[in-house]
Amino acid sequence: MRLSADQLIFWQHGFIKLNGTIVFTWGLMLVLAVGSKLITRKLSTDLKRSRWQNLLEIVVTGIEKQIEDVGLKHPEKYIGFLGTLFLFVALAALCTVIPGYEPPTGSLSTTAALALCVFVAVPLFGIEEQGLWGYLVSYTKPTIIMLPFNIISELSRTLALAIRLFGNMMSGAMIVAILLTITPFIFPIFMTLLGLLTGMVQAYIFSILAAVYIAAATRSHKPKPALATKT
Amino acid sequence: MTIIAVVSIVTAGLTIALGSIGPALGEGRAVSTALSSLAQQPDASATITRTLFVGLAMIESIAIYCFVVSMILIFANPFWNHVIAGAAKVAGK
Repeated sequence: MRLSADQLIFWQHGFIKLNGTIVFTWGLMLVLAVGSKLITRKLSTDLKRSRWQNLLEIVVTGIEKQIEDVGLKHPEKYIGFLGTLFLFVALAALCTVIPGYEPPTGSLSTTAALALCVFVAVPLFGIEEQGLWGYLVSYTKPTIIMLPFNIISELSRTLALAIRLFGNMMSGAMIVAILLTITPFIFPIFMTLLGLLTGMVQAYIFSILAAVYIAAATRSHKPKPALATKT
Repeated sequence: MTIIAVVSIVTAGLTIALGSIGPALGEGRAVSTALSSLAQQPDASATITRTLFVGLAMIESIAIYCFVVSMILIFANPFWNHVIAGAAKVAGK
C-alpha cells in the first residue's frame, strides 16, 4: 500500500521519474490556467455576461472579502498569492471524484513546497510594506527576549502548515483505500464525501492561515494618532 | 526482527489512541463555547463560524501529527525496511 502518489511512476528514464504527483500537479495547473484564460478572453462590464465570468467573479470577490476580513487592508495586493493557494488546494481536493486521480497534496513534497512559498512570501510582503528595518524590528516586539521564540514560531508554523495539509489529504485517501478492502459497497462513498469536505476546509484553512501570517507581518506597529474629541 | 515489528505495531496503535483524546476534548470545548457565543450574539455568526473553523483546524492538526506518525510506523517504517532489506540480502546470497 503506497502512502501517496509519489510511488506511482508513469515514466522513467535513468533516475528522472515522472511520478503521479508531478503529473497531477501539472494537470491541475493546466486546468486552472487554461480555464481562466478561456473565460477571461472577453470580459464584459455591462449587465449581460457569461455564466463562467459570473462564477469567476463570485470566487474572486468572495476571496477578496475574506482577505479583507482577516485584516489586510488592500486585498488586491495579496489576492494573487492567496487566491492561487486556495484555488490550487481546493481543486486538488475536489478532483478526487475523478476515478484514477490522487490528490497531489497527499504527498509531503507538494505541501512542503506550498508551505515554503508561504514562508518566503510572508517576509517579502512584510518588507514591501514596512521596509527592511521595520520588518526586522517587528521580530523584537514585544521585547528583545522574544527574538528566538519569534524565529522558532516562524519555522514551526511553516512546518505545521505542510504537515496539516499532508496529513488531512493522505488520511482521507488512505481511509477510503482501507475501507474498500473491508466494506466495499456503500460506506467508502461516505468517507469520500467526508474527504471532500475536509479537503475544502483544509484549502480554506491553508489560505486563511497564510493571510493571517501576512497580516501579522504587514501590520504596522506605529501608535495610532489620538482621535479628536467632540465638542 | 520480531521485536521491531511488535514495537512498531504497538506504538502505532498507542500513538493514534492517545493522540486523539486531547484534540477531541479540545474540539468539544471549542464548539460548545462557539455555540454559546452564537446564542448570545447571532449577528456575529459569520465571524464566529470562521474563527471556529480555523480554531478547529489548528486543534485537529495535533491529531493529524499523531496519525501521520502511526501511518509512518505501519507503512513506511524505516527500521522495518532496513531489516527486510538485510533479510533479502541474506536470502539472496
